[in-house]
Amino acid sequence: MPKIEEYAPAAGRSAIEELKIIAERLKGKTILNVNSTAVGGGVAEILNRMLPLMTELGIKPRWELVKGGEDFYAVTKKFHNALHGTRQELTPADFQLYRDTQKANLETLNLDADIALIHDPQPAGLIDKKPAGAKWIWRCHIDLSNRQDDVWEFLRGYVSRYDAAVISAPAFSQALPIQQFQVPPSIDPLADKNRELSEEEISAVLRRLEIPLDKPLITQVSRFDRLKDPLGVIEAFKKIQPYVTARLLLVGGSADDDPEGSQVLAEARAAAEGVPDIIVLCLPPTANLEINAIQRASTIILQKSLKEGFGLTVSEALWKGKPVIAGAVGGIPLQITHKYSGILTRTIDGTAYWMKRLLHEPAFAKKLGENGREHVRENFLLTRHLRDYLLLALYLESGKQDFIHL
Amino acid sequence: MKTTAAAPFKFCTRLTLTEVTGRKAFNITELLEGIKAADDAVIYHHTHRFIKQSHHLVPEGANDFAYWVANTVQADKLGEELTSIDIVRYNSLADIRGAFVEVLERHLAENPGPGRTVATGREFHFMRAIRFSLPTECSAVDYESFIDCLRNVSASSLYLHVFEARLRPPYGVDDFSHWFRTNFNDETVGREISRLDPYSYTLESLRRRIIRIIERRLPEVKNA
Repeated sequence: MPKIEEYAPAAGRSAIEELKIIAERLKGKTILNVNSTAVGGGVAEILNRMLPLMTELGIKPRWELVKGGEDFYAVTKKFHNALHGTRQELTPADFQLYRDTQKANLETLNLDADIALIHDPQPAGLIDKKPAGAKWIWRCHIDLSNRQDDVWEFLRGYVSRYDAAVISAPAFSQALPIQQFQVPPSIDPLADKNRELSEEEISAVLRRLEIPLDKPLITQVSRFDRLKDPLGVIEAFKKIQPYVTARLLLVGGSADDDPEGSQVLAEARAAAEGVPDIIVLCLPPTANLEINAIQRASTIILQKSLKEGFGLTVSEALWKGKPVIAGAVGGIPLQITHKYSGILTRTIDGTAYWMKRLLHEPAFAKKLGENGREHVRENFLLTRHLRDYLLLALYLESGKQDFIHL
Repeated sequence: MKTTAAAPFKFCTRLTLTEVTGRKAFNITELLEGIKAADDAVIYHHTHRFIKQSHHLVPEGANDFAYWVANTVQADKLGEELTSIDIVRYNSLADIRGAFVEVLERHLAENPGPGRTVATGREFHFMRAIRFSLPTECSAVDYESFIDCLRNVSASSLYLHVFEARLRPPYGVDDFSHWFRTNFNDETVGREISRLDPYSYTLESLRRRIIRIIERRLPEVKNA
């Protein structure tokens, strides 16, 4: 794992110095994280990279996993979908299973810590055994803006007893008797998906994937999911084809285990049929370096989502200094200020218009990319994410004052 | 003329943690009610955060209230009026709040009747800034070391000493001017720095301007 100093070129020297000063005030404190998986998924990915940095800064991080059977995960999957706004049927037995699993975990988990970050609904019920004097934070990574009432009311009973809640965007906030803080997710600038690549590395990947670079590339990287609107992207590209020289690249997963994904992929391939300048490419989920190279070789990056959680793929694209055209949904407007750090659109026609305009105005497109990268540097890197957690820990430890001198 | 300061200038930096209050506004009336009820931490978040976040992009004098009114409610005239509230002219967050209330009340008096209500998802969220001030390793005792520090401190530090300093005693004065006046009796540098309009520069160009002012003064100070 990278050392804290290795983040200085990306995050800035002052960001590293600030982290050291804050951490000094938390030296020796134990910060416990509890979630449901050690690998796979955004939370585990962040914790795997963030906790070694905490250790290096003199804090004692601990990580516990809540355990349960397949039936428990089936219930929490339903919770997850219901909180995201997809209607689910929950029975009294489902809620009881959740309670029983929490109880079983309370018998085995070591919850001893000065500060605890409890991630998402799976371990939320552990609050029943919060040690005296500890500060507990419920960290919600889910967009709750369309949550299903019964599931939320059930969870709210637990969440209300925490010292604070953390959400990714203000729109996700709920009526709660505890304070809520906004801590957006982050990207790791040193991960394969985001790290700097040489021209040779980029060319080698593009050659291997047989992506020609004779025309400017317009790229969307996302699952083949209707909410990412790949068909809308193809339609927008076809509209500008008479006026521009460019190639469209849609990159997504193979969608083997996702029937709807397979259908959307088939529809995208059908829509691209007979148009040589549209490439539909499937890559495995581990193809981080390839995606990085493709983004860096692109002239414009799209994220034409119709619905989105936080949409961190936008920050990944902005970090490569590319002009990004994205749907104005979910957390995307937090990442893009229209016409300053990217372009926000709401329609196929709008997307087509801005693709054409950015191709014809490379100086403006370049400025958008530069501004977007700086915006990510300030707001969406792992170091800022860690800083926010540490500031929140300090705030709770120092008696919740609005003004704190370190 | 003294060449070493009695009190070194210790550069600090400002970090904030964002609290979501849960209060929302869907129209101008609700925005006014929210601002009236807002404490200093809310006013600080919506007026100062914007300066800091946008300052690497373009010189931007706006604030969150103005941005939402102009871009989401699309009340152009009111948006322009809110944008033009010069927040660095005020000596307290309460005064800044008063200025916004005055403009919004006047607008509502002149435009009675139901105004535009925005759709769910486009509402204004009132937030609070929990403020942390941190020391940095930069400390200056004379003109040269001050320039040296200025080259190295973060934009957050520059922002704290140039913008936010005006909200605490001595009110309306930035920290840099104050230090040169009180330690070196240097009215020239003090006046030139305090005359810089923070809205006309990005933080980076403001940094360059201040460095240039002090560098120009350096030969005179050495020969004095």
